Amino acid sequence: MITLDGVSVRYGDTAALRGVSLHVADGEWVGLIGPNGAGKTTLLRALIQLVTHDGRTLVGDVSTDGLSRRALAQRIAYVPQSPELPPEITVADYVLLGRSPHIGYFGVERAEDHRICAALLERLDLAHMAGRQLGTLSGGELQRLVLARALAQQAPVLLLDEPTSALDLGRRVDALEIVDSLRREHDLTVLSAMHDLTLAGQFADRLVLLAEGGVVASGTPDEVLNEVTLTRNFGLHVQVLRTADGELVVAPRRPKRPSEVLPPGLVEGTV
Amino acid sequence: MSAIVPERLQQREVPPLVPPTPAAAALPRASLRRPLGVATAALLGAMVLGITVGPADIPASTVLAALLGHIPFIGYHPHVSPLDWTVIWQIRLPRVVLGGLVGAMLAGGGAAYQGVFRNPLADPYLLGVAAGAGLGATIVIVSASSHPTLLPFAAFAGAVGAVVLTYLVGATSGRAASSASIVLAGVAVAALLTAIQTYLQQQHQPDLQGVYSWILGSFNTASWSDVRLILPYVTISAATLFAHRRLLNVLRVGEDEAGALGLHAARVRLIVVAAATLGTAAAVAVSGLIGFVGIIVPHTVRLVSHSSYRIVMPVSMVGGAAFLILADVVARTVQAPGEIPIGVVTAFVGAPFFLFVLRSRRAQRGVR
Repeated sequence: MITLDGVSVRYGDTAALRGVSLHVADGEWVGLIGPNGAGKTTLLRALIQLVTHDGRTLVGDVSTDGLSRRALAQRIAYVPQSPELPPEITVADYVLLGRSPHIGYFGVERAEDHRICAALLERLDLAHMAGRQLGTLSGGELQRLVLARALAQQAPVLLLDEPTSALDLGRRVDALEIVDSLRREHDLTVLSAMHDLTLAGQFADRLVLLAEGGVVASGTPDEVLNEVTLTRNFGLHVQVLRTADGELVVAPRRPKRPSEVLPPGLVEGTV
Repeated sequence: MSAIVPERLQQREVPPLVPPTPAAAALPRASLRRPLGVATAALLGAMVLGITVGPADIPASTVLAALLGHIPFIGYHPHVSPLDWTVIWQIRLPRVVLGGLVGAMLAGGGAAYQGVFRNPLADPYLLGVAAGAGLGATIVIVSASSHPTLLPFAAFAGAVGAVVLTYLVGATSGRAASSASIVLAGVAVAALLTAIQTYLQQQHQPDLQGVYSWILGSFNTASWSDVRLILPYVTISAATLFAHRRLLNVLRVGEDEAGALGLHAARVRLIVVAAATLGTAAAVAVSGLIGFVGIIVPHTVRLVSHSSYRIVMPVSMVGGAAFLILADVVARTVQAPGEIPIGVVTAFVGAPFFLFVLRSRRAQRGVR
């Protein structure tokens, strides 16, 4: 569904992405992991033409460069890491923004748009607060609302940038469960940047580890989440544990003495 | 080992989700009808007041009768003296209509600028319209005072020229014309043009009074020809801004997210700024520089009604017309038979009113 072929992005003199190639199959959930500054957000933004890039980006078998913004928004929905949430906008008005790609330039929302948005609010348990202003919602409610707006685009592809970073542990799992069940209901293809490696391993079908703008590991969670790879790329000692039912738990370890922290091959001073 | 895993993760409990409902309830949205009705009533009241109040004592009933009598096909022919009719038709009505058009334009332009620049303090003069118009008017007053008919054209050209210059400077100073670089360019262009205008003004001391009274704004020479002059610009501009009300809502989430929602933010901004500039330049050309309207009116609408541009844009235009007509009534009555500049009235009446609305609204919402 999504293909990146040798995608590079430069911000001035800095290379943010260096020839990244990646494929996400129909209905697949791929998690992008990696340290801050690895290029996860840039990759997502390059896909929807918010940054200019070299190399090819395809959605289905259509090049995204040839698509208008509107046509692109009909195919890919994007949830940024910290969405703008104007406190005075109402829940109903906010969700309706997601219908924008389906409304003409001078057009206004029609009954069909209202119906789709009302159904989404119902689905995400927000219908009873449709008239409320965003400033009065909790973090978990806002998270569901942002998802509702993205789903209102009715795009087959969902890009999520750190969908759970602002949530507590329980809400994180809730939010990802919602994404997972919506993905099944709507046959969505999901590409999400994720910081919580344990949850990334449990929810994503495949993980792609980015570091310094390049892909350094890619595969199933079992293949990517190993102590050597993570320790090398995150710059601190990481322990990977397996629970009784076979799930992986990624645990960062606090360094005790510098000599213990640095595994072989990691240059001193990069920590 | 499993002790370090939260129980939630082991259980993988699916959160309580409501199953999809085939017939979901309608989406509750704020109604436009009520605020627009209130603003329209205020506008009609302001118009009657504006036509009734004046040095010649004409009762409101005569005014209404005279107006009704000139609506064709209703077969109503009241007796109105020719003198009263002349006062109503040639002096008061054009003044009221012109004030309404200018008020609608300044308020709508302010709402539009606040939308595209996502800045609550943006007003229609943000990108140099006022400074450019002031310079254009000053040039005519100091150099061609025998041709006062040139004045509105020079002010209009100056206003449009200033915004074009702002856009050119803003677009070259950054990689792309971001809204911040355009606003900064507007500040710089306005400062430069104001400096030139002040210099000209000081070089031509005898014309100081003329320049000064133009800048403060007035409708005391309003005529139907002024109305005819600006009506096309105001109509096109207001229609364009109204047609962008949904897109202004999309821009509320920022240019990046608007882009992800399929919108070309920079293109929308250019069209909205062009339309707002055309209309406000025309308004300023016949009225002078009337401040505050573009900030007070849209914010009042947001505070007492709703923040969606679906409501803010049309209600601001109607409310702005009512506000400026009332301000003009005040301007020509408090020191009758003299007049005080209407810009003084809008600032003097508007600022405290705005503070009052802000306070009462916050108290109502329980905001500190």
